[in-house]
Amino acid sequence: MPSDNLLHDLGRLIPATRLLRRPAEMTPYESDALTAFRARPAAVVLAETQEEVIQTVRLCHRYGVPFVARGSGTSLSGGSLPVEDGVVIALNRLNRILHLDPRQRIAVVEPGVINLDVSRAAAPHGLYYAPDPSSQLICTIGGNVAFNSGGAHCLKYGMTANHVLGIKAVLPDGEVVQLGGASLEGVGPDLTGFFVGSEGLFGVALEITLRLLPKPALYRTVLAAYDSLEAAGDAVAQVVASGLLPGAMEIMDALAIEAAEAAVHAGYPRDAAALLIVELEGERIQVEAEFAHLLQVIESSGAKTVTVAKDDADRARIWKGRKSAFSAVGRLSPDYLVQDGVVPRSRLGEALATIERLSRAHQLRVANVFHAGDGNLHPLILFNGRVPGELERAEALASEIIHMCIDLGGSITGEHGVGMEKRQHMPTMFTETDLEVMAELRRALDPHEIANRGKMFPTNEAPALRSHGLHPLERQGILSRE
Amino acid sequence: MSATATIAPESIEAVQSAICTHEQIVVRGGGTKPLLSAASTGQTVLATHRLTGIVEYAPGEFVFTARAGTRLQEIAAALAEHGQYLPFDPPLVAAGATLGGTIATGLSGSGRQRYGGVRDFLIGVRFVDGQGRLVRGGGKVVKNAAGFDLPKLLVGSIGRLGVIVEASFKVFPQPPAYVTVRAPQPTLDDALTAIARLSSSAFDIEALDLLIEDGTPVLYIRQGGLATTLEARQQNLLSWLGGGAPLPNEAAFWTDGSVFGWAPAGWALVKTPVTLNTIPVLEQALHAHGAQRRYFGGGAAAWIAWPGELTALDALLTQLQLSGLILRGEATWPFVGARTGAALVARIKHVLDPANRFPTL
Repeated sequence: MPSDNLLHDLGRLIPATRLLRRPAEMTPYESDALTAFRARPAAVVLAETQEEVIQTVRLCHRYGVPFVARGSGTSLSGGSLPVEDGVVIALNRLNRILHLDPRQRIAVVEPGVINLDVSRAAAPHGLYYAPDPSSQLICTIGGNVAFNSGGAHCLKYGMTANHVLGIKAVLPDGEVVQLGGASLEGVGPDLTGFFVGSEGLFGVALEITLRLLPKPALYRTVLAAYDSLEAAGDAVAQVVASGLLPGAMEIMDALAIEAAEAAVHAGYPRDAAALLIVELEGERIQVEAEFAHLLQVIESSGAKTVTVAKDDADRARIWKGRKSAFSAVGRLSPDYLVQDGVVPRSRLGEALATIERLSRAHQLRVANVFHAGDGNLHPLILFNGRVPGELERAEALASEIIHMCIDLGGSITGEHGVGMEKRQHMPTMFTETDLEVMAELRRALDPHEIANRGKMFPTNEAPALRSHGLHPLERQGILSRE
Repeated sequence: MSATATIAPESIEAVQSAICTHEQIVVRGGGTKPLLSAASTGQTVLATHRLTGIVEYAPGEFVFTARAGTRLQEIAAALAEHGQYLPFDPPLVAAGATLGGTIATGLSGSGRQRYGGVRDFLIGVRFVDGQGRLVRGGGKVVKNAAGFDLPKLLVGSIGRLGVIVEASFKVFPQPPAYVTVRAPQPTLDDALTAIARLSSSAFDIEALDLLIEDGTPVLYIRQGGLATTLEARQQNLLSWLGGGAPLPNEAAFWTDGSVFGWAPAGWALVKTPVTLNTIPVLEQALHAHGAQRRYFGGGAAAWIAWPGELTALDALLTQLQLSGLILRGEATWPFVGARTGAALVARIKHVLDPANRFPTL
């Protein structure tokens, strides 16, 4: 239990209306989008100013009490799961865009700003913020920074780390640091890049300088249907090898197609075993020429049908189906697990065939909706937690998929992060020395290991409580697990 | 200088044991940024020129892994055979720069305008820290969120957190053809406004440099893509700009820039990150001091050729709250100007190099 002193001091710092202590008030903060786990904190601080965050972190440091910073709680790896009896610092109210400079194409934002709101604010200037996780309507920049979030358009312009230029942060011991700045270039170690993706273990970002990109003149989008998932995977390898550089390449399997159709009527061909979406973007003349080339590659890849988006509305419909597919599939089943391992792109077909085989062997349905251009899989393992043994089988299946990714030369996570969910897989990807060095770096910044304790590093701690079914926000369709 | 010894390990294991048996170590790749690998009395130079070779390159994967001492020339040639390139356009390729040295100095070139810098393309790294431990960060796939981003930490670490022994990069297909527009501007203000407008436009620009030629600001704007479309795209750009002309021998212009052929021999060479807002006052001061300079990456950074004592540049940059990295020149410390994050770097260095075998960072 945290010392009464901490709670007393917090009470002097934070008005009672923004310092939640009662279980009923704290329920929404007990879990994130990895709904299988929950934990009850001792208190939730609804911070409204950077100073409140800094002082809360300093108090936690002084009393050695763990804290978890949290945005909208859309983490799929349990990254914002509270520490039992620790403090949650909720950052949604730090949601100001402090500065938007269209001339220098940067935005300086607080961590609680919603991802899509950056693009909305930049839109009048013909600019946008590129990283687009499917939860971009609700997820926050602070969470994106902590977990180096990706999205459908990472292929060409990279993940969150590639779009963050500077960070003002409070380290776990209360020191406030400025990393990077407004320039795209830097000298000395890339501390900004090092902070991004540290999963909250390096402290809390208070102000983030983001780079904005000009909107492309033209998008051209094609939808190709295949008779097998493997064929669609092989087509991706062919597009990559053709020398084209699409902005996005996405695959959906039959289960996902069916669910997406039922949910939003995207106009997908229902009889396909797999759909491939490829999108080119850029200057009009160049894109038109490349698109002709792309269509030749797609035609020769054994596609059953090829549909080209005629206009913006058509394109929007294709993407709506894709972005809603995840939650749509989720509704087919009482429970599901999502993995986001990565494999080399040339081995996608092989990986998909293996997943299909594992699915049959474990007698569990697996849906696939994923960022194919990056080799970033998203197998969605459907199960019913109320049927004895199904959760264990689902976890075993998930674990085998992760091992397959590593065996193929890939990674255990492409964009969801390690969090608490995949921490036990870190030793399969990294050596003991690698992990030791990472742990030492962490302790150099956080001697008491209070910042987001229990994440990223394998521990012997007792797991958090298990729960069942959809997250309350997920049931309302606000949150989606991807 | 005679009191320094050089060792050139041939294997990762040899690097590990060399680190454990030498008290003060300076890492040297191709030596193309001489100040950043300069050793003084009592220091041992750990040269990477025997730690070479492309370890893995599957062209269809657009990813390669190579030993740190591999020259970029060799890598660029291997990539070019398959129509691929290093999009961050590292400088000093023709001068013999190595992969490890490029990461450690964190240098990107004019081509960074299109897709980003060295930090954006490095996906994995293996290094030996000051305790002789072989450590890996990142991986060999283009998307990866597992563990702390050690590759980014090593970008710009100047070999002072550890010896990079191997690195993995993602690469892109190279535009099959290029054209460049040369567009003189009436004033610096006009030039910066043109850069801002271009950078916010839908034109896909490969490189966007600002030079000062006899006092006149001149923009060099490079486009790349399918040869069949380039002429029309350049025409669009020219009419959008309302001035400028195609540059003959454009490849030579960019190659010369990449080896700093414009910087007078004997002058110091410094990289300084800037923004469109900080360029005007810096430009005025550099002009007053008789420095030569060239801005690249759409006004993201300046290369400064400095004629005199670097202490004067240090004072100037400090006053402007700018920072700089000295690639060549007479100095005992590689940075000039303001510095952020130094305390954090010191804490990190204490973990990786507690005995201070590598110089202070």
